[in-house]
Amino acid sequence: MTGFWIIVKRDLSLAWRQGGDGFIAIMFFLIAVTLFPLGIGPEIGVLARISAGVVWVSALLATLLSLERLFQADFEDGSLEQIAITPLPLEAVVLAKCVANWLMTGLPLLIIAPLLALMLHMETAGFWALMAGMALGTPILNLIGAIGAALTIGARRGGVLLTLLVLPLYIPVLIFGVGAVEATLTGLSAAPHLQILGGLLLLALPLGIIASAAALRQALE
Amino acid sequence: MHRFANPNVFLRLSNRIMPWSTGVMIASLVAGLVFALGASPADYQQGESVRIMYVHVPAAWMALFIYICLAGASAVALIWKHPLADLAAKASSPVGACFTFIALATGALWGKPMWGAWWVWDARLTSMLILFFLYLGHMALANAFEDSERGAKSAAILALVGVINIPIIKFSVDWWNTLHQPASVVRMGGPSIHPSMLTPLLLMAIAFTAYYVTVVILRLRGEILARKIRALRMIRVQAESKGESGPYLREI
Repeated sequence: MTGFWIIVKRDLSLAWRQGGDGFIAIMFFLIAVTLFPLGIGPEIGVLARISAGVVWVSALLATLLSLERLFQADFEDGSLEQIAITPLPLEAVVLAKCVANWLMTGLPLLIIAPLLALMLHMETAGFWALMAGMALGTPILNLIGAIGAALTIGARRGGVLLTLLVLPLYIPVLIFGVGAVEATLTGLSAAPHLQILGGLLLLALPLGIIASAAALRQALE
Repeated sequence: MHRFANPNVFLRLSNRIMPWSTGVMIASLVAGLVFALGASPADYQQGESVRIMYVHVPAAWMALFIYICLAGASAVALIWKHPLADLAAKASSPVGACFTFIALATGALWGKPMWGAWWVWDARLTSMLILFFLYLGHMALANAFEDSERGAKSAAILALVGVINIPIIKFSVDWWNTLHQPASVVRMGGPSIHPSMLTPLLLMAIAFTAYYVTVVILRLRGEILARKIRALRMIRVQAESKGESGPYLREI
């Protein structure tokens, strides 16, 4: 288990010292959300209606930004091969990198989301559903994204390809994440949507780890 | 199965299958179209536009069926490293993408007069759209690497991950309250569709399946021959250059 935490710590300190991708993802999230009121117009009713969708879509896109470097940087400088020959199974490596990636991008997105929802005039009743949905949803985004990132290591136009592979698989998270907020705002319970998100997380956890590890093995062959 | 790993065995087998699959395709397509466009009644509610169904439904079946074949071939390629399975997967995905597109396009043409909209965001339509994106992603990933071997392996993993979408498509009409009608042919208690409409539907399904078999065999043969030509060229280049700078090339 120590190897696991070493990788988490290593990724976090690398990200911290390079002032890297996590920060950029947050900036992107802020700017993307800001564009919507400017494009659609500042009418409060309209913004409140679309606020949950805008925050979620922007969060999906922001997560995508951080994925390209998830394995690619380590692959390029050769450290991925070094990590792969340690006794730690590749599945644990993937999980460690996902945990670090989530702490760098998912968690800040989660923290900043209510602020953006406020800017979009979302009713405060929906905030908890938004936060709970994102707490369950952002790890799923990281895990599914890890599959795409591992599959596109060394590919031509890897970044664009990653987007094409991963975004369709993000759709269920988007649907149920927005669904939880909408349900709360219309006076229904958010629980069914959150439970489905929880189920998706339980599905994505083994699937993301196993598929990413298999893809990494192909890349390192 | 490993007997067919030998491309020559496969080529011989495919020579025997090809005339049959082509014949079945042409015969059932002609018969299917005659029934679909002429010999079957118009629907009492939908009128003549019910005939779009005879293309739409088999195309949607094929979209799912080909994805299952694609995933099966990918699993075989990953587990047993079967050399033809990779090629079969690569040959299947463009055909599957076409059928998915046909299903979506004919659905839109039918939806405009019937539902009053080209497109509705309901679970069946959305999950089919995701299937279309999965096919596109598979094609893009398979061609994204310098090393075609690596592209095939990556695409195979993606194909297996995408299998999750198949039961979602199949049961989307049961799980969610959708505008799209539920299954009426393959269901408990037999088909709820009249034989006069079922006949053209099944004929078209047979035609589409035969088309898929024919096209995949054609593409596989093309791919095998291309590889043979490449290998022959390599041998010739090696033989030619050995005379001039033998030791240098051998080092590489």
